[in-house]
Parts: sequence; structure tokens; C-alpha cells
Amino acid sequence: MEKHTIPVEAGLLLAGTLFMLGLLSVLIRRNIIFMLISVEIMLNAAGLAFIVAGARWAQADGQVMFVFILTMAAAEVSVGLALILQIYHQLKTLDSDAANKMKG
Amino acid sequence: MLTTFYIASAIAVVSTIMVITRHNLIHALMYLVVSFLAIAVVFYLLGASFIAALEVIVYAGAIVVLIIFVIMMLNLRAESVDEEKEWMKGGILIGPSVLAIVLLVELFYIISNVGMTGVEYHDLDAKAVGLSLYGPYVIGVELSGILLMSGIVGAYHLGRQKKKIVHRFLEKVEE
Repeated sequence: MEKHTIPVEAGLLLAGTLFMLGLLSVLIRRNIIFMLISVEIMLNAAGLAFIVAGARWAQADGQVMFVFILTMAAAEVSVGLALILQIYHQLKTLDSDAANKMKG
Repeated sequence: MLTTFYIASAIAVVSTIMVITRHNLIHALMYLVVSFLAIAVVFYLLGASFIAALEVIVYAGAIVVLIIFVIMMLNLRAESVDEEKEWMKGGILIGPSVLAIVLLVELFYIISNVGMTGVEYHDLDAKAVGLSLYGPYVIGVELSGILLMSGIVGAYHLGRQKKKIVHRFLEKVEE
């Protein structure tokens, strides 16, 4: 591929916009599966910022950080989905407000 | 190439907006796949071809399919879409949206006033990433192994169903 230049501001603003959308979705949703999806969007946006910074200095460190974020996201989504399964079996709803009482 | 970057960015933002406004979970997940694919294109244009492949395989492939399997296991009723519409109704959208958009505009203003240089295209392939990953970052690899192990054990422990035996005299919960 030929040489081309992408502005760093554009990459960082894309990451910021995606992170803001994920955060907004966490704030306005009550369905816990949607909240989990929004956390994935936010993690992906953070990884995008790492990739942009790594590409700016032509170092592989940003990509290494993305691999770690990917690992963490995979572990987080598996545990989160197991928790969602348990909540749904006990409360019969996906409403996050329904899980506000500790019954032991 | 710059045009390609802007088109992919626009697709990523628009599909993410579609994800956070859908009422049906499966539709939202399909838009999420589109968003991840667009971000993979951005990664490729930034010279991270290995990470672009990982994004498609792990995010768009594994994680989304895992969520779809769990939705299939939950066996949601058709009324869940109406329930979701009921939850999304009203003024709950407005407050967080306004505040988040104000913060985003501030971020736009700050970043566009800093004056950074552009990203020259350098192809950092899987070899460079692997050399860095197993060189100075090897402790991170080991910690990731521990994290994944605890993730597997935690998911198995939390996801286990207790078998319930229903009988007139023998009503008890068996582990």
C-alpha cells in the first residue's frame, strides 16, 4: 500500500465519539444485556485510541495493549453472561432495577 | 486513503448509534457486527493489519456469537421488545444525552486545538507485535493467562444450574 497520512485528531475523535456513545447507552438502558454490549463498545473505543497512538509513534506497544484489552474483554463478557443467566433464572426479567435487593 | 478512513469512521459511528437505539437485541447485535467491521477497516488503514484480523475474529466472531447464544438460551418472549420500548420511553434519554454531547463537543474543541502531526503509514505486522509481546511484555502475557483461567472457572461456577427435584415428600434443592 502506498504511503498516506491520517490525521491523529481524526482517529482520537473517532475513539472519543464511540466511547461517548457506549457511555450514553450504559446510562440510558435498563436491559442488562444492552449494558454489557455498551461496555464492549467502550472497551473497543479505548483500544482504538491505543492503536492510533501506537501508529503515531510507529511502535508496536499500542497493538500489544489492544491484545491485552481483547483478552480482558473476552474474560469479562463470559463472566458477565454467566451472571446474566443466573439473574434471569432467579428474577425472570432482564431489568437491572429488579436486582436491587439482596435476598441471600 | 483518507476518504476510505472517513467513510469507515462514519459507518462505525452510525452503526453504533443504531446499536444503542434498537429495541430488538438481535438487530442491535447485527449493527454491532457492522460497527466492529468498520473499526477493523480503520485499524487496517492505520497499519495494524494483525489487530484488524483479531478484531474480526474475536470481537465480530466470538464475542457477538457468545452473546447471541446466551440470548437463544434465555428464550425471551416476544413481549420483551415492547418491554424494552416501555423502558426507553420518556425523558430518561434527554439528560444523559445532553451532558455527554456537551462533553464530546469540549473534547472536539480541545483535540482540534492541540495541533498534532499526522500518522504516517507504517505497516506494523504480526512479527513486530509478537516480538514486543514476548519480549518486554511477557509478564502481561502471563497475567492474561491467569485472568483467562479465572474467567473460565468463574463462568463455569456462576453458570451452573442447580437441579431441582419436585416431589411431595422429597422437596429439596440438590447441588
